[in-house]
Amino acid sequence: MTTHTPLPAAADDDVRPDATEQGQDGGTRRSSSRWLYVVLGVGLLAMALPFVWMVLSSVKPEAEVRSIPPTWLPETYTLENYRELFDRLRFPTYFLNSAIVAVVVTAGNLVFGSMLGYALAKLDFRGKRVVFALVLGTLMVPGMVTFVPLFVLVSNMGLTNTFPGLILPYLVGPLGVFLMRQYFLGLPDELIQAARVDGAGELRIFWSVMLPLTGPALATLGILTFLSSWNNFLWPLVVAQTEDMYTLPVALALYSVGQNATQYGLLLAGAVVVVVPVIVLFLAVQRYFVQGIAMTGIK
Amino acid sequence: MTTATTAPASRPTPAGGSPGGRRRTLLQRRQTRTAWLLALPFLLLFAAFTAGPVFASLLMSFTDMRSTDVRTPFAVDLAAFDNYMALFQDALFRKVAVNTAIFVLVGVPLTMVLALAAAVGLNNITRLRAFFRLGYYLPVVTSIVAVSVVWRFLLQPDTGPVNQLLGAVGIGGPDWLGDPALALPSLIVMAAWRNLGTLMVIFLAGLQTVPRELLEAAEVDGAGRWQRFRHVTLPLLRPTLLFGAVITGIGYLQFFEEPFVMTNGGPLNATRSVSFYIYDQFSFGNYGYAAAASYVLFLAIVVLTAIQFRVLRPKA
Repeated sequence: MTTHTPLPAAADDDVRPDATEQGQDGGTRRSSSRWLYVVLGVGLLAMALPFVWMVLSSVKPEAEVRSIPPTWLPETYTLENYRELFDRLRFPTYFLNSAIVAVVVTAGNLVFGSMLGYALAKLDFRGKRVVFALVLGTLMVPGMVTFVPLFVLVSNMGLTNTFPGLILPYLVGPLGVFLMRQYFLGLPDELIQAARVDGAGELRIFWSVMLPLTGPALATLGILTFLSSWNNFLWPLVVAQTEDMYTLPVALALYSVGQNATQYGLLLAGAVVVVVPVIVLFLAVQRYFVQGIAMTGIK
Repeated sequence: MTTATTAPASRPTPAGGSPGGRRRTLLQRRQTRTAWLLALPFLLLFAAFTAGPVFASLLMSFTDMRSTDVRTPFAVDLAAFDNYMALFQDALFRKVAVNTAIFVLVGVPLTMVLALAAAVGLNNITRLRAFFRLGYYLPVVTSIVAVSVVWRFLLQPDTGPVNQLLGAVGIGGPDWLGDPALALPSLIVMAAWRNLGTLMVIFLAGLQTVPRELLEAAEVDGAGRWQRFRHVTLPLLRPTLLFGAVITGIGYLQFFEEPFVMTNGGPLNATRSVSFYIYDQFSFGNYGYAAAASYVLFLAIVVLTAIQFRVLRPKA
């Protein structure tokens, strides 16, 4: 839940020949591999069908969603559920809130994470080990442990029900430091030395020489941070107190237990609005994962 | 945490290398200044919003702080261990602790077995591997709230497709989320479904580091497919399995969205989790008490992780 989503690693180009079936004749091999595809295909179906059903049901009229027995393909198509989400309920607002929070949180993690990551990887200073240990130590601390005092803090800053209240606690995180530090460690020191000889200042070296080389790591960190922010639930549930500050998961969860609890089609359309954008985003950028992972050395 | 071992904690003289003592000191001083300049924004935010609250939570757990004390957090009374005592005397807390333990003890092995099976399967195919990997991974990127909404409807006794499919093979499906004996297992299965992609990707990467020569040598020695897996692959996979067990355990100990959306903790508190309990106590305004419960959860996470390290660490 709050653990950081690890990454789809495993390079595709590193496809190994089938090691377990050597020494058998081609026929056995082909048929056993065919069975493997069948089993894996059934598994894939089980992974995908809930999403398929979600999308199909979101375009059915309410009566059909509740029909017994249930239908798979809609007998009547309608966009009524989406119209209600976007016209009567305030889903455009929730969508925008989620996007604003996720974008700012991602930017913060990229900037601040790469700054500290660079200092830890490439600069020599006292207290370095302590800082690194302190930051890494909190990787294991669950959000559940900190949210009560965090709420007291944010209340006293007058930031409940505001964007800063939603964003500030997530603006920096240990994962960003760790990923960026790993990546900077892999870059050659000679680049820094050459820039020093040319008379560039230390900050300039970080910003103009080294940071532009970290594209894959920034992409990996960016997508991970964006996803976890978009899907974050507990903190926005606590901090957002009026509808105009809800994020998508908060709105969907509260509708699903509130007065809309029995409007199946509507809630499924809401789930589509939450899920589909991140799936599309993930499919669009997933190749960066492979690159980023190969270079940051996380396996 | 886990991957920290992949690189040395610090390098002796990174990018230094220039001769001459005086220039070195100058360079070092410049580096120190730059380093703290770069570190400062992170460390300030981190101290205020992460490290600070970790300690504040511990302190709060020894007070009788309530929501009415929010403006005067330092004027609360010390309550020593009262919160912790009350916690363990509360039958509901014991119930949610047991529920959470079941969720972890059943959910983690289930997720790991499914993920390992998928990883081994993918490791033995060549065509379409990337496609399958993507498909199995997809639920991981989706919101737990959203998939909980979907699964709540999938599991409806009359209108849900799960029971429809069961009916097609002649099985009368029960009321999954309405039956106190089945609700928690249903949530566990859903959690395994959503999270197995994470572990599958990690396990697949681990499987690809198993040296082929070892497997071939075992085969020459007459080891069957299962024996090779059991005695060659699995032992080599121990660190990977440990990592998977730890991150899954930490996540499952905090399960919250699933019962919040699907069952509201019911029926008869059968799916109420420790996190749900903490959230409820917070909503009631019992901040000190909620903080105590959250520290018990934190402690459970630390203990579980320590146990997993003992059980699964590579044998010397």
